[in-house]
This record gives sequence, structure tokens and C-alpha cells, in this order.
Amino acid sequence: MSVQDKVIEIIAEQAVLDPSDVTPESTLEDLGIDSLGVVESIFAIEEAFDISVPFNANDPTESDFDISSVKSIIAGIEKLIAEQAA
Amino acid sequence: MKRVVITGAGTINALGHNVADTLEAMREGRCGIGELQMRDVERLAVRIGAQVQGFEAEGLFNRQQMALYDRFTQFTLVAAREAIAQSGLEFSGELAARSGVVMGNSGGGMQTLDENYRTVYEEGKNRVHPFVVPKLMNNAAASHVSMEFNLKGPSFTVASACASSNHAMAQAFQMVHGGFAPVMITGGAESMLCFGGVKAWEGLRVMSKDACRPFSANRNGMVQGEGAGIFVFEEYEHARARGADILAEVAGFAMSSDAADIVMPSKQGAARAIAGALKDARINAGDVGYINAHGTGTAANDKTECAAVADVFGRHADSLMISSTKSMHGHLIGGTGAVELLACIMALKDGIIAPTIGYEEPDPECALDVVPNEAREAKVDVALSNAFAFGGLNAVLALRKAP
Repeated sequence: MSVQDKVIEIIAEQAVLDPSDVTPESTLEDLGIDSLGVVESIFAIEEAFDISVPFNANDPTESDFDISSVKSIIAGIEKLIAEQAA
Repeated sequence: MKRVVITGAGTINALGHNVADTLEAMREGRCGIGELQMRDVERLAVRIGAQVQGFEAEGLFNRQQMALYDRFTQFTLVAAREAIAQSGLEFSGELAARSGVVMGNSGGGMQTLDENYRTVYEEGKNRVHPFVVPKLMNNAAASHVSMEFNLKGPSFTVASACASSNHAMAQAFQMVHGGFAPVMITGGAESMLCFGGVKAWEGLRVMSKDACRPFSANRNGMVQGEGAGIFVFEEYEHARARGADILAEVAGFAMSSDAADIVMPSKQGAARAIAGALKDARINAGDVGYINAHGTGTAANDKTECAAVADVFGRHADSLMISSTKSMHGHLIGGTGAVELLACIMALKDGIIAPTIGYEEPDPECALDVVPNEAREAKVDVALSNAFAFGGLNAVLALRKAP
């Protein structure tokens, strides 16, 4: 499964939606994922890819990880996988 | 001061998943204690407990709730739903703004702690689920009750080990009695039957390996249970005005501290709490028909408790009934007084006294009418519920038949 498909699967499960309803353009807010849901999704992503995501729930905009859309999350994870494998 | 009545009751424990099943089991003297079923049970020296069986939380809570609720919170919500449904109350406007939740609990989310300690210590993982803290904090259950039922008044959790839920219900009583809140949801819950929880208790060597036999000469310790008991405490005029069914009146309470020893009970401390509850409720000692004992089944508690009762009641101690229902549902620690209050309500409302089961040999140091092994019919106007905690913290509630 590609990184994109896996991330969409995790986010869809959190949002209680079918993966086909989650597109790269969706925002977490559009999908009805609240702040606790974001933290839980990050945890699931870390577990799935065995990476550490620099996400600060205290001030998400200060994080070195862009969660503004599904697309930005996928790009961030691909970057982290490459960095953390290196 | 306002009069306080109970207009709803709910429970889940080893005897049943609701009040009706629990009271039926108490009437029949059924025992909820069995072999513990849990991971690593073979590493435990104590392998019995009163576990809640057949509980399918998945059908009762949605996915997000499941991720956030430790077992003690699940128990609390199941019992709160039953109690509030029975009361017929719905919380909105002024009633919601002033009504609150006071819960008793001792260990918090022990299942959550146990599982996550395994993750980080045993499995060596360095990441835990983000909800560990909101699941394990011991006010989680009270908070989730406030959220589910829109209760916006004073809410908190009381921790005084084995007396937690009696202390909690005393606080709730005081809130309503003093006019601070028209309705309080109160009681307690505990879920310590996990490997780490039982292992910790094992260390103290007060747990029985075979049965809970309160007041019996051959008693050899306590047996732990789990579950919740939740009640709706309501101001009497408020309940009467809406034509609510009243289960019993909470007439008064008292608390005392032994200020003596962290585990050994004190006769004087217990006696002061019992006598204090009678005084607070303006009840004559001779009117008390039933006492739900703390009755843990340890050598120390049972003889100390009987001596305290004898001191307070004098000759009347021989004519009242005192039983320990822990012999059936086990010791629910921070939730125990709440489940035991059901036996007091049954005595007052239905005229049935729950027995002390497992009673085999009379103990001259516990020479009271402990209602051995079989329930009894009796007319009771006033009942007391005792709770004496480790740390010497005592809380006794006095209940009267519904007005």
C-alpha cells in the first residue's frame, strides 16, 4: 500500500468515512476531525510508518509538520520517512 | 436545610449489570466471586475475584468513546444511564447549570495504566496512545457523566480508598442539603482487577485465596470486586413537585479520621463516624434496623467494626441486623459503598435484608446478628452504610424509608 493510501485509510477511519470519501484536497476540519482526533491520527501514523512526527498539539501551527490538508500530511510523512530512514 | 431523597439507582457489578439483577442475587445469596480471568493470572498468588462477566462495551459506546473510556468509566456510564433513566430527569437550563457529579474512586484507570506500563516497560516501546492521561485520570468518569448528561454544576472525584464512594455520596448529600444543587449524580466505581492491580494487593497479604467470609471465625481476608454504583440525589420538594418515585431518603452522614495508622482500623474512629451519622440525621440509635457493614472479611476489620457497633448501640446492637454484601460482590474499593447502598435501599423499600454469605463459624468477637447465609424479611425504617478506609478515613451514611 502506498503512503498516500495508508494515510487516507488512517484518516478515513478516524473520520468514520469510507476511504473513497477522503481526497488529498480534504482538510481535517472538512472531515470533522477534532483536536483529539488529530492527535490520535498522528499516533496511528507514527505506529504505521514507524516514524516520529514533530507535531505540537499545544500549538499546531508552530509544529514542523503541516496538517492543513491530507495532501500536506502525506507530503510531510514522505519527507519524514526519507529523513528517518537515512 | 433541604431534605435529600434518592430518585434513581444504577449499577453494574459481579452480581448483575443492573439494579434488579443485583438485588435478586442479593436476595438469593448468590456469590459473584470466581476464578480471575486475565493475562498472566498464573503469576498471581491470589486468583479469585468478583469480575463483571459478559460485559460487551462495544455495543454501548461509539468508537471515539471506546478510545477514551477506561473500564471504570464504562462501568460508571452504564450505571449512570440506568440511574438517570429511572429518575426521569433531563438536564437543561437552570437545572443543568446547578446540578453536578461527585464520584468516588480510588485507583483511576488502572486497566489503562497496566496496559501502557506493559507497552513501555515490558515491550520496550517508546510511544503510547495519546489518550492515556485522559483515560487514567480518576476524575475521568465524573467528567464523562457530566458531558453525557449536560451537568454543569459542581463536579469532582473523591479519593479515600475503600471509603471513596461514601465520602462522595456525603459530599453530594451536602450539596443538595445545603441548597447548592437541586440534583447531584453520585456514587463510585472501580476497576482494579488487572495484573498490576491484583499484584499490588497481593503484597499486603490481606487477600483471601479461597473466599470472602465476613464475620466468620475462619475468615482469611478480602476478595476484590469491580463495577459501579450510581445514584440520583434530589432535593425532596423538587422530586415531590414532579411526582418522582422516591427510593429512600438520605437522612445524614458523618466522617471521621482515626489519625492513627495507615492500614489498621480503629474502633474509636469507626464509632465516632457511626455515632456522628446518627446525630447528624437526628436518629435514635434504637431506630436503626439494618447496617450494611464495611465487613471486608479481614480479621482486623470485622472484629473492630463489631466492637464499634456494640459501643455505639449498647444493648440495641443485639437486636439490629448487620450484614456484609462484600461476601457476594467482593470489595469494590472506591466503588464499594455505592453498590452496598443498594442493600440499604432494598432493606428500607422492599423489607429484605441481604445476607452475609460464606458464613461458617461464629466468632465471639463478631457476636452480632450478621444475617448469615440467607436473606431475611424484616421491616426496617432506618439503615446505615459503613465504610472504613485504609488511612483511617471513615464515612457513614444514614438512610430513612422514603417519606
